[in-house]
Amino acid sequence: MREERRGRIAGGGVWAAGSCVDLTLVVQGVLSGILFGGVYSLMAVGLTLIFGVMRVVNFAHGDMMVWGMYLAYVLAARAGVDPYVSFVVCALALFVLGFLVQRGLVDRIVSAPHEMQILLMLGVALVLENLALVLFGPEPTRVRSPLAAAAIWIGPVFVDVARLVTFVVAVALTLVLWAFLFKTDLGRTVRAAADNTYGALVIGADVRRVYAVAFGIGAACVGAAGALVSPILPFQPSTGLSLSVASFNIVIIGGMGSLLGAFVGGLLVSLAESLGAVFLKPSLKELFSFSLLVVILLFRPAGLFGRRAS
Amino acid sequence: MSLLEARGLAKRFGGLQAVAGLDLSVARGEILGLIGPNGAGKTTVFNLLSGFLAPDAGDIRLDGRSIVGLAPHAICGLGLARTFQIVRPFPRMTVLENVRVGALARHPHAPDALARAREVLGRVGLAARERVAASALTLAERKRLELARALATEPSLLLLDEVMAGLNPTEIETIIGLIRGIHRSGVSILLIEHNMRAVMALSQRIVVLSFGERIAEGTPADIANHPKVVEAYLGEEYVRAPQA
Amino acid sequence: MKWALAGALVALLALPAVLSSYALTLFILIFFYGFLGQAWNIVGGYAGQLSAGHAAFVGVGGYTAAVLSIELGLTPWIGMLIGGALAAALGAIVGYLGFRFGLRGFYFVLLTVAFAEICRIAVTNIDALGGPLGLYITFTGNPRQFQFQDGRAYYYIALALMLVATATAWAIERQRFGVYLAAIREDETAAEALGVNAFKYKMLAMVVSSFLTGLGGTFYAFYLFSLQPNTLFGIPLSVEIIIRPIVGGAGTLLGPILGSFILTPLAELSRLYLGQGGLHGAHLIAYGVLLIAVVLFLPEGAYPRLVRALARPAGSGR
Repeated sequence: MREERRGRIAGGGVWAAGSCVDLTLVVQGVLSGILFGGVYSLMAVGLTLIFGVMRVVNFAHGDMMVWGMYLAYVLAARAGVDPYVSFVVCALALFVLGFLVQRGLVDRIVSAPHEMQILLMLGVALVLENLALVLFGPEPTRVRSPLAAAAIWIGPVFVDVARLVTFVVAVALTLVLWAFLFKTDLGRTVRAAADNTYGALVIGADVRRVYAVAFGIGAACVGAAGALVSPILPFQPSTGLSLSVASFNIVIIGGMGSLLGAFVGGLLVSLAESLGAVFLKPSLKELFSFSLLVVILLFRPAGLFGRRAS
Repeated sequence: MSLLEARGLAKRFGGLQAVAGLDLSVARGEILGLIGPNGAGKTTVFNLLSGFLAPDAGDIRLDGRSIVGLAPHAICGLGLARTFQIVRPFPRMTVLENVRVGALARHPHAPDALARAREVLGRVGLAARERVAASALTLAERKRLELARALATEPSLLLLDEVMAGLNPTEIETIIGLIRGIHRSGVSILLIEHNMRAVMALSQRIVVLSFGERIAEGTPADIANHPKVVEAYLGEEYVRAPQA
Repeated sequence: MKWALAGALVALLALPAVLSSYALTLFILIFFYGFLGQAWNIVGGYAGQLSAGHAAFVGVGGYTAAVLSIELGLTPWIGMLIGGALAAALGAIVGYLGFRFGLRGFYFVLLTVAFAEICRIAVTNIDALGGPLGLYITFTGNPRQFQFQDGRAYYYIALALMLVATATAWAIERQRFGVYLAAIREDETAAEALGVNAFKYKMLAMVVSSFLTGLGGTFYAFYLFSLQPNTLFGIPLSVEIIIRPIVGGAGTLLGPILGSFILTPLAELSRLYLGQGGLHGAHLIAYGVLLIAVVLFLPEGAYPRLVRALARPAGSGR
């Protein structure tokens, strides 16, 4: 059936880089890109929250997400829990990890020069990635979910039900986070600490606890994101780096510290990567991401919405 | 010809015009005071003069030579040195090593620079603290270190940014003496200060800035009673009350 | 202190006479990683510009010499210098982009990682360079081709490399160059205000560092007889390069050497006892923990702490 439909559209195509790319593929790419963008947005929101509140760059962000994926895998394999349910558990587990990392490690070096913070998070990243390597091995895995096989056809393009659910849940989580930050007392305190630590101290906020909560939430975001993509993205311990790079790409474009920027940036970068995959050889997709990072680093504006990090 | 001549200096940040069409000149051998309420643009002027910010418009001439667009290190090489409002010592270096960095500007041979740095430390009264790590100094000592470092680059013009801030009256007297000594040795000085007593005591001439513009200029006596100055600092109401 | 160092040097020169072949290999690795760490130290330690992509220079240096040897029969002794020069060129590009565009702190780290990964992926996809499987060097045992039957030759070359890098760092330390680098590391803005051309000195440090690291690439290639893009350009190698100077004391002369003497045997031990199959990552976990521990408890590194500990008994007997 698919062949038939492709045949019908064979006439229409897009010329790119000297070869004719099926228009269908482009539209498919756009659609997939937007849907996956929900996850990217969630990842980026987590990273920018951590930076915005504590001025900490979480180099272990991608590796934490991979742990979210492996947790979902373990829960699915051992307890038969579908990742679309277990993402809550993964989020909670990663929240605890983030909380402990901030409270136990980052907190101790608040007054140290910035290189120390970079090295600390690199150390955490090393530990997380290689622990996963030792426990789960280097081979790529994927989580089985009944939703992963289903697809909805809209004309010549199809929408992965899994991706759709992922998108919806990711956006919902982002909205929940937004509500938390803007409507609850604790959330407002977190934002206050982000804007002005000293001021937050003056009003009596337990800043260390607020920081730990913020880091925890940031980690929970990728914990959930990891679980949500585990059925659709094959992963291995080394995936952490590419996910971190993607997160940095998004956050730097959107503006370090800007939640809205992270959200919009997530959709944009996902779209760019998805289209990149349509037009480029798959092995060059990573090359594209890193090159994008270099370009963004060099020409970084103050971000779409955010302020420039000094 | 003035040592420093700035004409039509302007700088805007987004919607805020921090400095607007400012003319400023420092004569050779002069101590010029730059005062004005917070947010008047004083530190922005310093950043423009020392090359840390590029002006949107205007020209700056040091010894007749235009320095607009030059990097800070080049401007320092031409004889303009500055201190920072919030002191920036090199924390993990000793006091002597800190000053040596400045001395190297004119004495590239490292041992020479060290000797020269010692001399400067002697002049500012930090010789006894030579081996102490900069991070272990008191605020007053750090201010003197900042001064010594800038002095070691052998400037013809020294920009001092609120050197007195955070110091107690005794310490202020000491620094005033120090600055007088530096001036006597032939260095021209442009200082930003909030401490009126210090400004009046040191400056031969004062320029008053408000919202990025010069609103008054003159000797300390002129400025003390100038209505525009009173207005800028205290508000319109206070100008009406005449001085007895 | 100087006598202790001289004595240690003499001991190291005489050591091969009594070492087993396994111990010899261990020392070769200690010197080699000490060399790479010292080269990194110039830009990462003294200048304080954290580069986490130095493996790229090893890769460029190694591949250059290897390709020149395989395709043109050029002796690696010259290929080494050409490889170093190309690595320095890459260093100049990365440095120029980073420093001209004002990238500091973590932005600079990201840039260096991105460049290293771009190189890695590019080389993996170029079949002329062997693609993902890489290149192999035929064993001839010919010294003109940088190959030696006797392991002791590698020992002395590695030691010489480490000494050359250390001598370079020592020379830099004593001159204005070194003082300026330290000032830049401490506070670049304040340094600029004191007449330090930060861009120029950071570039110099980067070029010197990447040149030396590139030389190491040739040694690596011709010592192991094989080059793979994932090994030579990869992040694990970058981690190996930076962890020794950081643990030993970044920005100090002997820190990278001390760090290598501490960590290399540890890495080898863990490789021996845990290294079968997928557990190869185990020693990287140890590195991560060590990095965290150093940041929390020993930020200046082992060497400065050691110096203070040794100096105390002398000072206390007043």
